Amino acid sequence: MERALKKRTAGVADRLKNSNFAQAWLILVLALIFGVALAAVQANLSGVIAANKLNETLERVPELVWGTATAARMASQNASVDITPGTVTIKKDLKTSYYNLFRVTHEGKLAGWVVKAGGQGYADKIELIIGLDPGADTITGLFVLQQKETPGLGNKITFPRWRNQFIRKKTSTPLVVTKGKSQVPNGIDAVTGATISSRSVTGIVNRTIRDVKGRLTPATIRFYERQL
Amino acid sequence: MTNLPTPFERFIQGILPENPVYRQLLGLCPTLAVTNGLKPALTMAVAVGAVLLSANIIISLIRNLLKPHLRIVVFTLTIATFVTIVDRLLAAYLYQMSKALGPYIPLIIVNCIIICRCEVCASRQNVLAASADAVGQAIGFGLALTGIAAIREILGTGMIAGVQLLPTAWPSWVIMVLPPGAFLTFGLLLALVNWIDSVRSNNEGRKG
Repeated sequence: MERALKKRTAGVADRLKNSNFAQAWLILVLALIFGVALAAVQANLSGVIAANKLNETLERVPELVWGTATAARMASQNASVDITPGTVTIKKDLKTSYYNLFRVTHEGKLAGWVVKAGGQGYADKIELIIGLDPGADTITGLFVLQQKETPGLGNKITFPRWRNQFIRKKTSTPLVVTKGKSQVPNGIDAVTGATISSRSVTGIVNRTIRDVKGRLTPATIRFYERQL
Repeated sequence: MTNLPTPFERFIQGILPENPVYRQLLGLCPTLAVTNGLKPALTMAVAVGAVLLSANIIISLIRNLLKPHLRIVVFTLTIATFVTIVDRLLAAYLYQMSKALGPYIPLIIVNCIIICRCEVCASRQNVLAASADAVGQAIGFGLALTGIAAIREILGTGMIAGVQLLPTAWPSWVIMVLPPGAFLTFGLLLALVNWIDSVRSNNEGRKG
């Protein structure tokens, strides 16, 4: 009788010991501790990381509107530049697309727009910010926020020497990519050995201008309260 | 348990005799992928070193609680946690570098060097030996990465860490900063290390 009882309790203890939860207790405890630690890290750093992303864009906004030299001079003079973020909604052919943009005003006067745009590059998604004059008639600047193009070839799209070709180009006709020095007024010289990357950037710029041109009005843009 | 190397031996072994890259041929993904410049290579080496040290210490502390059939899960869980922390820290305080390294920081989770050190050393020895091991292996990994990166950056762009080194007339060998350059440089350095090793053991053989 006594022996049978002992046998039964030993069976229960063994089963408990061999159950999945008992086997994995260390993993469960560690997962809990690590989870709390990661939550703490995320809670402390997510604000900084989001601010980094926004800052990178905001830092570039003045030079995309006025050009590098003027923007630097204005910054040294502490000129009052107001940058208001907003979103423009484009409804076209049953398709709705959104563009995040910044309205740039200087001493109460509209100085230009900076529009965020993205598209597929050769390797991965390319993200651009495009500077436009108040009427979106002329491109005033271009900056590459994110790209993973081939180092040494496609990543030359980020070099000022290449990007600056876009400055002062009229938006009335789409830009075309050409190989070698082009005489066309709306031509963009392709990066040598990276025609696809060059075409991607030019394509994104063309599409964005086609979409937003004539739609940069208070009626179509929703501005956010926050002044930056 | 009796013949395990001492902390000092562990430290020295990681740097050259058991260099993770040249001797064990581990961690080759970052070795080939982020060595097109000295700065990203150095950042990657520090990141791997930090994760390796943290993981080795934790695993060594809990080594007596490990169950043989669940140990790899514990290793991976620990490593993944520290990699995520490093990834977030980089994004917060070295934003441009974090963007340049892209997916290679999260990929440290599957870096075999770390899991190998947890298995070979940290799960068997005390915290001191595990820490010395981690530091030694991290230095060995760092030396391998920065060596390849320096050669590739100088020949590929004429610059080192973004500073012009060779005269601007240098026709930058673009191939060196492209993927083939990684394989070429790594292959030649691996051959060099093996050659030095064979010469040395030959000399020792003659003396003996």
